Order: sequence, then structure tokens, then C-alpha cells
Amino acid sequence: MTANANLASRLESLLDPSQVISDPAVCAEYSVDEIQPAAVARPASAEEAAEIARFAALEKVALIPCGNRTKLAIGMPPARYDIALDMTGLNQIVHYDPGDLTLSVDAGTNFNEFAVPLYNQKQFLPLSVPFYFESTIGGIIASGVDSGLRHSYGTARDFLIGAEFIDGTGKLCKSGGRVVKNVTGYDLHKLLIGSLGTLAVITRLNFRTFPAAPSSRGFIASFRTAEDALVLQKMIADSPLSPASIELLSPQLMQQFLDAEKNSTEPPAAPLAGKVSANFWHLCLSVEGTPEVCERCARDLTRLVHQPSAKNPQFTELSENEAADFWHYIGQAVPLLLEASPAAAIFKIVQLPARLGPLFTRLSDLAEQAALPHSLMARACGVVYFALLPAADDADSIRRLIEAASAIFQICVREGASSTIPWCPVALKRAITIWGPALPDANLMRRLKSAFDPQNIFAPGRSHGSI
Amino acid sequence: MSSGLVRDFEKLLGSSAVLRRPEDVLLYEYDGSVEKGRPDVVVFPTTTEQVSRIVKLAGTYNVPVVGRGAGTGLSGGALARTGGVMIVFARMNRILEIDFENRRAIVQPGVVNHDLTLAAVPHGLYFAPDPSSQKSCTIGGNVAENAGGPHTLAYGVTTNHVTALELVLPDSEIVCVGSKHGDAPGYDLTGLFVGSEGTLALVTEITVKLSRKPEAVKTLLAIFETVDDAAETVVDITARAITPAACEMLDGWTLRAVEDYIHAGFPMDSAAVLLIEVEGLAEAVAAQAAAVTEVCNLHHAREVRLARDSAERELLWKGRKNAFGAMGRLAPSNYVLDGVIPRTKLPQALRRIQQVGEQYGFKIGNIFHAGDGNLHPIVLYDPRDATQFERAMKASAEIIRYCVEVGGALTGEHGIGMEKSGLMPLLFSDADFALMRRVHDAFNPDCSLNPGKIFPLSKGCGEIRVRPQSTHDSARK
Repeated sequence: MTANANLASRLESLLDPSQVISDPAVCAEYSVDEIQPAAVARPASAEEAAEIARFAALEKVALIPCGNRTKLAIGMPPARYDIALDMTGLNQIVHYDPGDLTLSVDAGTNFNEFAVPLYNQKQFLPLSVPFYFESTIGGIIASGVDSGLRHSYGTARDFLIGAEFIDGTGKLCKSGGRVVKNVTGYDLHKLLIGSLGTLAVITRLNFRTFPAAPSSRGFIASFRTAEDALVLQKMIADSPLSPASIELLSPQLMQQFLDAEKNSTEPPAAPLAGKVSANFWHLCLSVEGTPEVCERCARDLTRLVHQPSAKNPQFTELSENEAADFWHYIGQAVPLLLEASPAAAIFKIVQLPARLGPLFTRLSDLAEQAALPHSLMARACGVVYFALLPAADDADSIRRLIEAASAIFQICVREGASSTIPWCPVALKRAITIWGPALPDANLMRRLKSAFDPQNIFAPGRSHGSI
Repeated sequence: MSSGLVRDFEKLLGSSAVLRRPEDVLLYEYDGSVEKGRPDVVVFPTTTEQVSRIVKLAGTYNVPVVGRGAGTGLSGGALARTGGVMIVFARMNRILEIDFENRRAIVQPGVVNHDLTLAAVPHGLYFAPDPSSQKSCTIGGNVAENAGGPHTLAYGVTTNHVTALELVLPDSEIVCVGSKHGDAPGYDLTGLFVGSEGTLALVTEITVKLSRKPEAVKTLLAIFETVDDAAETVVDITARAITPAACEMLDGWTLRAVEDYIHAGFPMDSAAVLLIEVEGLAEAVAAQAAAVTEVCNLHHAREVRLARDSAERELLWKGRKNAFGAMGRLAPSNYVLDGVIPRTKLPQALRRIQQVGEQYGFKIGNIFHAGDGNLHPIVLYDPRDATQFERAMKASAEIIRYCVEVGGALTGEHGIGMEKSGLMPLLFSDADFALMRRVHDAFNPDCSLNPGKIFPLSKGCGEIRVRPQSTHDSARK
């Protein structure tokens, strides 16, 4: 700790003193997995941030870049953590060319800051990820979280076209560019997605933007079992329809939505209560396009659900207000689940769509055996968020979570699925790795980490294989 | 080249899988670009294990290795710039699995792009990346160069369709990255290796996404009296957020050459045409076709012709995709550029290309992916005249410099290879190169794999010795 004792004062020689904070109460707000930094640095430019990275490399102190810290809990506890590098001072829209559908923003820019100008041009970025409304774009990319719109728009790797960042030697680097098609040099920016700040400090991000659809409609098909819902999901996949999103919600998750609605201080514009029941599995679909396209989708969906093979679901169309509220809940299912339990563990499991059915059964059996309340949301592409929600944050709950997590990892290995635990209590992280079984390419990832960050100063230990 | 190494290769692969006579290896010294680089020995493995053992043997003899698919590349990526061993993947051409339910295919690198689509089409699926060379280029080559094509406007380039790779590293280790489902934990190594131009690893197995054939397709041919009108139409289509699946431009001069050759039905007397395709649900296609037609008319299109049937549609596309071939009728050689610009800059970029052509005394044609700003100016020259080649390269560099000035990039889909490595400093700083170098060295520390590519020679492998016959670098300085 002696080395850290005067860290703040040494940082003050690099920045304006007002940009360096050593007040323990403030530093505590930047804690990551209960580990508190000695100082918080708030650079106002990429050059200042690079200066701090050079200092860290020289002094061999560890820093974790952050934005609004809504997703800093993702990752293993840092092996070292001296400086919180608060990037929210870099918050300009650098370039927005609506005619070219390209956008360049500083990493610390809040989602809403650029969402509004995009909206004014009838464009958007399909990144309504958990916590998006209070997130910075740098945090969204570094945390690698996804949104339901990946079904039709892909993930960030499909529309991030370039980036500027600081490498572990404190140099400002770039990759890609501001054009929508580009194979000039290595695609280093793709590596930053989900890197949790372990490779570089992101300073600027370039995207292709998308035209907002002129209209959209939302539908729910409700089934007694997940298997039945998956039958309809497959029928839709085999049809010419291309919904904007398809998500399957477990009865428990719907109950959480209804509870959230009941507890909300703002009365809902169009209550879900009475419209949907928590006794069913719900396949939720949004479609978008011209009114004619949406009408065609509505017609085809109605025809599909009435086919004998479709297992006779209840089929409901949501009104515009209902749909807006409902898709907000779906998009923010993770924050809702984290609030639902003092020791929530949310797994991200990815499996091929056709193999989802057996997986759901095993997951829910396992949770029942462990007497752990659970909840599930599955995107049609095979990304499943499965939450274990103990009633208490005590030693017994943690023990049961540890056992359940190990069992889930084993099931996923057997089923050929990948599994990680993006959100869980720190106590669980101390017992097991949240990254699941070792990856065959872990060694290559380590080599890459050394290339980007030779001194291991960026968020050490947070990513896969203790990288 | 040690005869011991050749003997070891013959022992490993059989003599029918090893070429070493000068008249044989000569066939592998070129690709679709203007570059040359002759390998000392060419080998044809059939398995990943053989690839690994070839790499190991070459390492023992300290000889560089370069991978090659069909050799259709347009940047010299698959040429042996410093000689050595060329691994040709032509015999690793099996489709290993098509998982129709999950829309995935696992293929060996030598599978021809279009053959995968042909195998998937009976189930209503296809492989979306469609380079013009798709009937001969291999998926391994597509992965190495992150190849594009006309329909990448809507569906993305190769990297958007690859979920996992099996690789042989320069130290001969076999390793898998990514996952069949496409959302593997950890760093996106698949995203790094796709488009790394064979400089980090050799790709021996590829898992790709298959896409569903759209319900409806309409192909429109919009005919213009001026290039400016066609270019403004493209700008307007983009700005109005109309999202065609493809939006290609052919200028009058090149389309006449194509028409003479293919008889695709292009109008011989127009200044430019746009070949625009809209796909999707019938309702969406009808609306988009109407919107496209309206914009074309707004910009004084002489005529907007709708392909009547699939035969006419295929003929129009045949004209587009064989356009570079048609150029061979006009001049002994041509140099195809691949610069990218922001789409709003298209009209001025085309005017600038015209100016550069006049300045250097070349006719420069344009057949390109207008919808995503990916230019393909074609400079026609006679390679027998060294000064012509030199001027052609200078004119080309000037066009690329302009692309960068207006916020664009050196290459949209062909890759840097050895052709554009000298232009890389236009975009990248010393710090950028230093990081790229460290990433390169993390996998290929001795530069034993595909040396002399991507990096400018001054910033690449320290020990690289380029053979005199292998490059036109001197002309480009």
C-alpha cells in the first residue's frame, strides 16, 4: 500500500488536481468486486488518458477503465486495481454523417446523448442492452452485452466499424475506420468487444447506424411448456418471416415483470397485468417494416399459430403502449433479476437453437433440486440468460450457488454449449471462475493480451483464464 | 530450397502432391493482381494434420510458408513474396457438415464459395458472401481476405458469416477458435483471424452461417445519361435509408466492354447504369423497388428497367460479375483498385478519378459496389511498357490517397497483400504499426508465414528479403 499512498499526488502531476480523486468515499464508488482503487483519474482527453496509461506502465500499477460503472461487476475480481480511469470526460459526438449512416463517438458518451440525434434523423444503433439508458458507449462495447435486436441486426461486431484506443504502452492506436466496408489492416477493434478493459482503453468508437423502421408490432404466443414454444419458434424460423426479435420468457420471468409493474412508482400506460399470465412460457416477437410488411407478418403469424402443429398457444397482439413497456422489460430483464434477489447469479449460456429444448429441462431440474428460485430468457439465436435467485445472501445460498454453477458448467460442456456467469455475488467468484471451463484457445488469448498490454496494467485478472 | 525438404514432403504427401519443377511452380507465381512471387515448392495437403506437418518441416528447414486457395485474390495475398513453400488447399475441398436446422456449414478451406451455396440451396439456404469470383474462389481465401461482394451491402462481408475456425499456427500447433453457435466467451479471435491475410495462421476448417433465401427478389437496371446523376442517385438512396441488397454501378465505358463480351442487355449508349437488387418479403420488396425507382427518376434516369424473370436477372449479374474479365478485351493488363469512401462523397470521388485518369493519360473505368462506397477504378495499361506500369501505379496511389483524404480506406474487400502495403502509412501511425506488429508476432514471431504482406517492408519482418522477380515495388516508390 505504500506504493499507492502517494499515487494520487503523482497523478496530480499529470492532470489537473481537480481530475484526480483520492477521497476514500469516492474511491469506494469505483470498487470492483469489493476491491477499491487508491485513486480515481478523470482525463478530459484521449491524450490525458494515454498519459495515465504511460504512467501506469512505468510504475507497474493497474488501472481499470470505466464509464458510468453499470456493468463493472462483469468479470473476475481484479488481481490488482490501483487507479479507476473514469472516461466520462471524453463525451463528444465526433462525427455523425446521417447521409452515410456512420457515427463516431467518444467512449465516455452516454447512450442517450447520441441516441437523440440519431432518432431525429430516424436512425438508431441496435444496442439497447441492459442498463443502456445510463451507460456509456465505451462500457457497452467493453462489457460485450447484447440486446434482443441481435436477431435481426447482429451484435456490435457486425456494426462497429472502427475504434481508437490506448494500448498498454500508453500509445494512442486505431483500427478500422469510418467507412462501412473496410479490410485495411487487422480488425483489432473487434477484440475490444467484451474485453472488459483488459486489452486497451477505448477512447473512440465508430459505428454504422441503421434506419429506424417506419412501424413495428409486438406479439406474444403463450404455451404450457418451453418445448411447445420452441416448436413455434422453429416454424417461424422456417417461414419467410424475419422478426426483429424473438425471445422466450419463462413463467417466472413473466411473474417478475408483473411484480415490477405492480411495484413501479409510475403507473403503466397499458398494464401487462390481465393481458399476460405468469402460468405460461411466452414467445415474444417483434416485427418491423412498413405497415404493409407488419400486416403481412401479423397475418402469417396468426396463420402459423393456428396450425395443428403449433400446439395451440394463446396468441395476443400488444398495443403500441403495451409493446413499448413490454420490450423495455425484456431489454432490462437483467437489472430486474439483479434486484429480485440479494445474491442473484445470472448465467449466459449459448447453444445452437435446435438444441435448446433439452437444455431448458436440465437447467430447471437442477435449480429445483438445489431449491433455488430461477428465471430464464432465451433469444432465438440460442443465447440464454438463466438466473438463480436465492432468497438470502448467506453462506448456505452461496454454497448452493457454487454447487449449481459447477453442475451447470458440466451440463453445458456435455451439451456442447458455452456458459459463463456475467453477474453473480463476489463470494461465488471467490470460489469458482465465472468463465466456466477452460477454453481451447485460452493460450492464444494470453498471447494477445501480452501484445496489447505487455506490462499487464489493464484490469488484470478480470477476463478469461485470469487474463 | 533444400532437396531434403522436398523429399520429406514427398514422403509425407506422396510425389503427386508436391510440385517443384520450375515450369510447374511458375503457375503459382501470380494471382488476380499485378504482382508476382514464385514459390520454390508447391504442396497439396488433404488433411489438417498434413498441413501441420508441412509447417513443422518447413520450420525445420527455416523456409517460409504461404497458403493459397484458388489464386483469384486481387492484392497478392497468396503469392510467395520471398519464395518458400506454397500450401495450396485445392484438395481440402470437402463440405464436412451442413446443419440445416441450425444454419451452419463446416467446410474445408478449398471448398469453392459457390459450391457451398449449391449444396445448401435445396434446403432454401445459401452462403451470403458473393465475391465476383464466387464460382472459382475458395472459402479459405474468402476468410483470409475477408472477402466481400455485391450483396455484402445488406448481408455483410465474410467475417459476419464465420463463427469458428480451425487453424494451424506457424509453430505447427492445431487450434480451434470461436464456436459453432458464434458467441464464444473471451476475445473474438475469429474476428481477428478473418481478414488477417494468412499472416497469423493457416485456416484448415471453417464454420459458417448459412442464410435463408429471401421470399422475393427484384432486380432493377437504372440507366443514366451522366455519371453524376447515377452517383447522386446512390447518395440519395443511402440518405433516404432505402436498404437494397445490392447497389452496383457500371460506367458507360466499362459497360460497353462488358456488353460486347457478355450480351447482358446493358444499354450501349448510356453514361452509367445502376444495378440494384431488393430482397425480402414480397411486401417489402414491392415498396423498396418503388422507392428506388422514384429516386432514380428524381435524378433523371432515362429508364428504370425491372428484370422480368430469373433468366434476365442472372444475365445482368453475369455481366456485372464478369466485368473485370471483359476488360481483358480492351488492354493487355489492368489494375483494379479497391478504395472505400464515405457514401456521401461518391459524386466527387468519381470526378476525381476521372481527373486523375486524364492527368496520367489513362482511361480509368468504374465497376463497383456503389451502395457501400467501395470503389473499383480499373486502370488499363500495357505491362510490356515499364513506364506505363509506373504511371498506372502512381495514378492508382493518387486515387487511394484521395480516398483516405475524404475519410475512407485503402481496401474494402481485396486486402492489402503485397500490393498496397506501401500505402499503409497513409492510414496508420507508427504506434498503430507497433501494435499490429506485436499482434502479428504473438502468433507468427519468426515471420515464417506469408512474409512481406500487409506491413510496409520498412515496418514488417526485419529480415525479409524480397526476390527481384517477385514484385513491382520499385515502380511504386
